Amino acid sequence: MRWDWRGLIAGGLLVAGGAAAEPDPVRQAELLNLLEQDCGACHGLTRKGGLGPSLLPEALADKTDAALLATILDGRPGTAMGPWRPMLTEGEARWLVEQLRKGPQR
Amino acid sequence: MIRLLGLLFVLGPLAAQAGACLVRGTGDLGVVIERSAGSLLVVDRTARRQLFRVSGLGDVSHASVVYSPDERYAFVFGRDGGLTKVDLLCGAVVKRIVQAGNSVGGAISQDGRLVAVSNYEPGGVRVFDAATLGPVADLPAIGADGRRSKVVGLVDAPGDRFVYSLFDAGEIRIADFTEGGKPKIQIIRNVGRQPYDALITPDGRYYIAGLFGEDGLALVDLWHPERGARRILDGYGRGEKKLPVYKMPHLEGWAVAGDQAFLPAVGHHEVLVVDMNTWREKARIAVAGQPVFVEARPDGRQIWVNFAIPDNGKVQVIDAETLRVIKTLEPGRAILHMEFAPRGEAVWLSARDDNRVAVYDTESLKVLATLEAIKPSGIFFTWRAHRIGL
Repeated sequence: MRWDWRGLIAGGLLVAGGAAAEPDPVRQAELLNLLEQDCGACHGLTRKGGLGPSLLPEALADKTDAALLATILDGRPGTAMGPWRPMLTEGEARWLVEQLRKGPQR
Repeated sequence: MIRLLGLLFVLGPLAAQAGACLVRGTGDLGVVIERSAGSLLVVDRTARRQLFRVSGLGDVSHASVVYSPDERYAFVFGRDGGLTKVDLLCGAVVKRIVQAGNSVGGAISQDGRLVAVSNYEPGGVRVFDAATLGPVADLPAIGADGRRSKVVGLVDAPGDRFVYSLFDAGEIRIADFTEGGKPKIQIIRNVGRQPYDALITPDGRYYIAGLFGEDGLALVDLWHPERGARRILDGYGRGEKKLPVYKMPHLEGWAVAGDQAFLPAVGHHEVLVVDMNTWREKARIAVAGQPVFVEARPDGRQIWVNFAIPDNGKVQVIDAETLRVIKTLEPGRAILHMEFAPRGEAVWLSARDDNRVAVYDTESLKVLATLEAIKPSGIFFTWRAHRIGL
């Protein structure tokens, strides 16, 4: 696993402030690309599902933020959904949950 | 003179877009999927340049392509259930239908008359007339438990057959179209948990489905389908910690060199080497990440491997003789696919997050050319028209 200074800083903030920092605009663009392209590899570029289920707001309506956060960070054992914690901080995952709730912006 | 040639170079594609079609052979053409833009580029792999951009293909994330026997038409299978027939010489869509809600791939029959699409939603296979895209057959994938299953690993096989796997039901099915629109379907059950993709050997005899739900692969001898599926490389990762898989490996690019086959391990950063005489594991090669495509250069001397995120900026080249990694390339950000020239002197790599395609010389391992493309993914050359299973 690669060292990620953003992870260290965000982790530090979590400990210090108890809240995750919002990713900066450069990282937000990277995360949106990750969401569209890499999450999209299984869930569809338009998030309507593929080998993995749909990630559209209506499909996630009955899931809590905490459940979505846990799924992103730790995956779902027994399925093809892997844990993204090695590549995402908690703050970044939280921001991704917000994006999922908003739905695709184009 | 040079100026005049330059002018022609500029005007050529424009004139074609205005409706003029090219008069030339198609044997060195291909397409590059632009997954976010819903478009593809028709490319000339000799000149290493774009001829046309064809738009309006819908959601082409995970799109794949097969070719008509005359290498003029590309059939594009989109994620959104779209099936689009593209004329390479005119750079135009001939016909487009949306035949399901969510699709993953397709195949063309041995005689080139039928095009089949594997669907996630509704789970099954739909078969169309390659000339008109009119419907020929609908094959719902209802497993032994009575539930509909996603279909993966659809390939053509000799004898006008299509072979495919049911991801949720753990089955392999063979649809025989010898008698036209009413296929005979043979069902092989209990092949293993979650077959995620499959391939057929270049001679069309063996169909092999990779299993996501367990360490192993299911093998069917299409000369003797009555014998059912046999498990090979059973428990190849036993005792090892399974690593996360951030992208499903693909088995379509069957990598055979001599009598050994190279396959991606699932959940292990390894390429598996199988002895094709015994179907037993011969070796394992440690690589830089979770392999996605493992492809042999057409002469079988080199094996090229790309990887799932976060190692998708690398490509490794393995010497098929010593089974050692001889080079780790960093061709760009998010390398999604690799396609060889049919005689293997060059390979094209798509670098999604750099918006370009890089062409490598496979001997010097140096870059020969780059082409601009919008979020490129799959690259498909027309030589596929004459290969079983592609």
